[in-house]
Amino acid sequence: MSFTTFIQHCLTGISLGGAYALIAVGYTMVYGILRLINFAHGDIFMMAGYFMIFAMVSLPWAVAIPVVIIATVILGVAIERVAYKPLRTAPRMSIMISAIGVSYLLQNLATYLFTALPKAYPTIPLLKKIFQIGDISASLVTFITPVLTIALVIGLVMMINHTKIGMAMRAVSKDFETSQLMGIKINTVISMTFIIGSALAAVGSILYFTDRMSVTPFSGTLPGLKCFVAAVLGGIGSIPGAVVGGFIIGICETALVALGYSTFSDAFTFVLLIIMLLFKPTGLFGEKIIDKV
Amino acid sequence: MKKSVKWILNVVMIALVVLLLIFLENNKSDQGMLISVLQKGAILAIVAVAMNLLNGFTGLFSLGQAGFMAIGAYTTAIFLIPVAAVDGVYYMNGINPGIKAFKEVIETAPSWLQACYPYLALIVGGVFAALFAALIGIPVLRLKSDYLAIATLGFSEIIRALLSSPQFDTITNGSYGLNKIPGFSNLLIPFIIAGVCILLMILLIHSTYGRAFKAIREDEIAAEAMGINLFKHKEMSFVISSFFTGVAGGMLAMFMRSIEAKTFSIALTYDILLIIVIGGIGSVTGSVLGAFLVTASKEWWLRFFDQPQTIFGWEVPLFRTGFRMVIFSILLMVVVLFYRRGLMGTNEFSWDGIWNFIKKPFTKKKTAKGGAAQ
Repeated sequence: MSFTTFIQHCLTGISLGGAYALIAVGYTMVYGILRLINFAHGDIFMMAGYFMIFAMVSLPWAVAIPVVIIATVILGVAIERVAYKPLRTAPRMSIMISAIGVSYLLQNLATYLFTALPKAYPTIPLLKKIFQIGDISASLVTFITPVLTIALVIGLVMMINHTKIGMAMRAVSKDFETSQLMGIKINTVISMTFIIGSALAAVGSILYFTDRMSVTPFSGTLPGLKCFVAAVLGGIGSIPGAVVGGFIIGICETALVALGYSTFSDAFTFVLLIIMLLFKPTGLFGEKIIDKV
Repeated sequence: MKKSVKWILNVVMIALVVLLLIFLENNKSDQGMLISVLQKGAILAIVAVAMNLLNGFTGLFSLGQAGFMAIGAYTTAIFLIPVAAVDGVYYMNGINPGIKAFKEVIETAPSWLQACYPYLALIVGGVFAALFAALIGIPVLRLKSDYLAIATLGFSEIIRALLSSPQFDTITNGSYGLNKIPGFSNLLIPFIIAGVCILLMILLIHSTYGRAFKAIREDEIAAEAMGINLFKHKEMSFVISSFFTGVAGGMLAMFMRSIEAKTFSIALTYDILLIIVIGGIGSVTGSVLGAFLVTASKEWWLRFFDQPQTIFGWEVPLFRTGFRMVIFSILLMVVVLFYRRGLMGTNEFSWDGIWNFIKKPFTKKKTAKGGAAQ
């Protein structure tokens, strides 16, 4: 493999990792607060892809992007209100089944509304502009993704560490009941979590699908699972961890594809997960949780 | 209700089921839909009960069913494809010479062995699934609820990737899948196998092991304090459940006659989860009932949602391909949100239960009267 192809693959990997990182942050935040694997998150991401297709039909891209983000946020919060809120006191298995149910519903709804055939993703001219540095050529989206990801995550971490709602989030993730007793409005905090998670998923979906060119009702499942793995890898509940995990998974996946093992690239993610869970179940940046009787 | 009455009712019910099946066997051509729905229902009932053994009785939220079914299905299919059809099935990559030689030996085996060969193949499929489960159970079962779910889901995806990978082309035929799998020789067979499997699982649930499983489900730490070996029992539940899932996977291969890795995607696991949620997590009869109901409504009763319909010249809107599954998922969400106990909750089917259910409206009046008199 020549040096230029190596760099080319590295760029692809980092770009893919950036999109994964944005989705993984959504998983890690919801898990940190509700202790729930939001199985529907991957499908929210897929729906954001469809929203973009329809928004771009009549709107210029600069207007379409905020519209898509707002629509995705509404979807995410609506899902939380309808499917998760009534089950807040239920056993964890029921709420997880509810999450799987929402994922099933979104996939079937998308199949019904948009058919199972892949729909072409619109090209955003600015993102698709080709750059040429020496022998290496890449579209702008490849460079924008990691930069945007890191900027958004730094903003998010600042918000969590320095604002009132951020403090409330940290309190809720530490102890759900006590923070409720301290006067924190749990529902607002949870909605906020879903707003942030869905908005990041929408941004991630724009970056991801711009590279992939097409959306199907099932194109959210596997990225969703991989991003959850990324969140576990980085230590669930930790935002920097999710970002690092996202980049690791994105780069490893691209490396495997580049080496010719593309059939195993999906399986590898899960192998990584299992190895991680065996040797360091709390992930790279996670805190150790002690079970109390 | 008297015990003798219950016995009579049981015998009558079994006789009715057998009569129905014999009737169907003799009228195969007219009742094609009913037969295929019942067969698929019976197969899914095994998986659902096996999943319930794990999720409902041991409290291990595992989502690896599709993977174990895939192992069972591929094993059974590879054993059963007749020698004459082999070259046609593996037309792209050729078959592994070892497997072909084995098949040729089997072809010359005595007839009694040939007769029970399909059952042996099913059992071997189950054993392979169980072996694999035993292997992955060692690391995975140390994980807690959600991590276990995602790890088992991951394993099922790994199995799917391995089955369709070009490295195993001469065994699993890669992405082309396997076909020309011989089906069941008689309509009754899948029901008998399903009955035996479910009966074995019921016996297990009622044994001391079953009680230990339930103790683990209620409270792991308390169960451990009572002297239950957590790992041993979890592993046992996982392995046994996977064995039956593998057998059911083999039966599915025989039922569908052709399989490919895509058949065993996450969606299959979700379908089975749907069955046990609708039937009631923690109820064997609920799972069986759920399996038949879900299969029948999905493949048969709700089919009309997928076709454009006109009622009195008025075209019903929304009815087109895919609408059935939307209705189905909404139904699932309604069950999850409002009837969390499902059809049966943790209750089992019993004649006493039905009797009380019939009596209920009358007994209620009585108590109301009594209350007024006080």
